[in-house]
Amino acid sequence: MSNPHADPLRLRANHLDIGYDHNSIVADINVELGAGQSLALVGINGSGKSTLLKTIVGLQPPLAGEIDVLGTRPGNAPKRIAYLSQFHASGFVLPLRAVDVVRMGRFPVRGLLGRMTHEDDELVLTAMQTMGVRQLADVPLRSLSGGQQQRVYLAQVLARQAELLVLDEPTAGLDAGGREIYAQAMRAEIARGATIITATHDIQEAARCDCVMLLAQRVIACGVPQAILTPEMLLETFGIVLTLRDQHLSLAVVEREHGHEPAEHPQRD
Amino acid sequence: MDALIMPFTSNEFMLRALLAGGLVSIACAIVGTFVVLRGLAFIGDALAHGVLPGIAVSILLGIPGIVGATAGAVVMIGGISLITHRSRLSSDTAIGLLFVGMLALGVVIVSRSTSFNGDLVRVLFGEILGINVQAISIQLVATIAVAITTTVCARPFLLLCFSPEQAQVAGFSARRYHNIMLALIAITIIVSFQTVGTLLVFGMLLAPAGAGALIARRIESMMAWAAIFGLSSVYIGLLASYHFNLAAGSTIVLTATLIFFAVFFVQNARSRRARQVELPSA
Repeated sequence: MSNPHADPLRLRANHLDIGYDHNSIVADINVELGAGQSLALVGINGSGKSTLLKTIVGLQPPLAGEIDVLGTRPGNAPKRIAYLSQFHASGFVLPLRAVDVVRMGRFPVRGLLGRMTHEDDELVLTAMQTMGVRQLADVPLRSLSGGQQQRVYLAQVLARQAELLVLDEPTAGLDAGGREIYAQAMRAEIARGATIITATHDIQEAARCDCVMLLAQRVIACGVPQAILTPEMLLETFGIVLTLRDQHLSLAVVEREHGHEPAEHPQRD
Repeated sequence: MDALIMPFTSNEFMLRALLAGGLVSIACAIVGTFVVLRGLAFIGDALAHGVLPGIAVSILLGIPGIVGATAGAVVMIGGISLITHRSRLSSDTAIGLLFVGMLALGVVIVSRSTSFNGDLVRVLFGEILGINVQAISIQLVATIAVAITTTVCARPFLLLCFSPEQAQVAGFSARRYHNIMLALIAITIIVSFQTVGTLLVFGMLLAPAGAGALIARRIESMMAWAAIFGLSSVYIGLLASYHFNLAAGSTIVLTATLIFFAVFFVQNARSRRARQVELPSA
């Protein structure tokens, strides 16, 4: 292992078991991620992606094994981590403007009573600019479309300026333009030295990461995309229809489960 | 004009009622905003009724009702927390169970005594016209405490409304701040029962904040609107009860409910008109 002071690991899992109420969902997870690296978790619903993300951010205790996040126990470094969860059901009723939601991204940095500074305001507006929602700053969240809301939530993540970004299906609801903006934003975050962990159905998004972990209530494979995103591996992961397009890494996964739309047809923005 | 001001300037009990009602309105506006935004209406209702056996025991023992009400609220919140965390039952079931159990206990205690009838009506519907300076002072202290706590906890409370998971990951213990929020609801109910009664305090928690939620774009403005609607309800309700000889507490809550529906219908009409304007260009 490399010297932790020179190149501190952002995530280290060693024989990690994850699950709920002593029921293991995925066992024996082993992974290490450093600064500026990205990991995609790929699998169907219920495969353990979200549970692993919740374990990493400290919402779910690990069942067994070891896990270090930012050199400490999960949940111990809130100022250095940003988390995008999958559901924001309350967004429709809350009287909040888009900018108020993005400003929440600075709360962990300023704590309970610390003053929000000019720098915070700048980071909030820059994040909104990056995600293309700056002009919607004063619009109530409940008036925005699903795709616009997702961009606002992503702007909140960017405003955090975190060392570790943990994103649960970040492109859900984004149209093609939104996905491209998201991809550019993530490239900038990686260039800044951030580490990104995403759960995704989008194979093309996974292919852009340094490392891919295929999950199906166990770790099917974990490694560089070129070695992992093969038709055979994906078939084992999804156990359903795969359609091949032109080349090797342009696979589209067609999944129909729990009434979800196929992953290749994003919700309109 | 005299009819609008004179009742308060020439009757000290009316002025005291206005003051106490105003303080209840402000506390309920602050706390009610979170009750509405976080969907805590059921637990608020349960607390409002769950304090009844505590108050009944206080009356039996001859100690201040506020002591018993506090004990009732502690038992209620503790019981809900115990069932929710130690079983797989949802908080709805825990709240419902304790709600009914505490209410039944309250009625059982009351039924043992023949001298309770007048007291029970006072507990349920308040005694705003007979409020004394000491009760107003307690109300003032509680309202200030609620306002300061909410100001200090503004960030975690906002995150809790947005997503309890986000609050937790951001370093604000979701459980701790949820419990603080419940404590604020309990305090508001306990100090308000003397004014508008346990049955009606719930209306003051929900109606003004609900109306505020319909029109506000920000949580701060929702609170401000809730306070305006609450204060207006107290003023209009007291005035109506004075001139038409109506039950004061109930008239105040009825006014708050009517204001909610007025805002609701106006908002509905406005959004319907806005949609009609948008349609031709769409």
